[in-house]
Amino acid sequence: MEITFRDLMTVVHGMGFGALFMLAFSGAIGVIYATTVTGARWQPGSRDSGMFRFYLVSMAALAWLTVISGSYVVYPWYRAVPPPGTTDLAGYPQRLLLSNPLTAGWHDLGMEWKEHVAWFAPIAMTMVAYVFIKYGPQLARSRQLRSAVLAFTVVAFIATGVAGAFGAFLNKYAPVRGGADIVLLRGK
Amino acid sequence: MSTQQSDIPAGAGDAFGTAQPDVLPNGPGAAAILAAGIGSLALGIFAFAGDASPAILRAFNFWSATGPLSGVTSTAVFVWLVAWYWLARSWAGRSVSLVLVNVAAFAMLIAGLLLTFPPFMDLLQGK
Repeated sequence: MEITFRDLMTVVHGMGFGALFMLAFSGAIGVIYATTVTGARWQPGSRDSGMFRFYLVSMAALAWLTVISGSYVVYPWYRAVPPPGTTDLAGYPQRLLLSNPLTAGWHDLGMEWKEHVAWFAPIAMTMVAYVFIKYGPQLARSRQLRSAVLAFTVVAFIATGVAGAFGAFLNKYAPVRGGADIVLLRGK
Repeated sequence: MSTQQSDIPAGAGDAFGTAQPDVLPNGPGAAAILAAGIGSLALGIFAFAGDASPAILRAFNFWSATGPLSGVTSTAVFVWLVAWYWLARSWAGRSVSLVLVNVAAFAMLIAGLLLTFPPFMDLLQGK
């Protein structure tokens, strides 16, 4: 059982950081929504507050790791330019997609949107984490602050969903492969 | 942005176990929210500008391996951080109208999202 280095980095970007970040939204939206519904009656204990503060900071960190690894590690491999005369475009995912009118849209719409829309999430979640840390339980008394963090969290969730979905499809039609082979397990 | 009474009343608890004033002004929170909106709009504007103008696209090519995406995103992050710093300094210790801040921030967020959507970019450029 082996995997190429580029495959591994794509997995780390998409499944290690991105999917984990995506999964974390359910908890974040749940707690933020709960504070919105209960309002001033939301009085978490210090342990709960500390845990949720750690949770949001981790989410923001995961969001930054996802976009930075995607933009600066995986994306350069995706958009690599083949040497003149190259006929096998398997190692050049962007060119492979654009070489066929039936797959070009995955780049023209999918990657063109994904590469930008993903960056809304870390900006939004950094703000959300900051506001929760800054105001803590006082947030329960400010409907406007709660509304803002909930709205930005939901939009960040949608942006992450768009980027993640297109990332999965892109990697299906034109996977980023290459680099050194890493043997994970040797057969008998 | 006009100043007003905070919607955070006095006497709020201290669940983090640290000494906090009874009332935290909403200025720092408002600054973070509005700056997030500004950063989002900047991201959309830079993405759209790069798509519409080859010269701007070349100018955003900060690192050739990643291409113009490197310039678009790092410039947007820079704008976001500068806006946050400036607003946080301006609104430190103050309370502002959060309704106006929220409406402005969310409008900028949605505008930024639309400006990154390729069909919307094409529509604006008449393609």
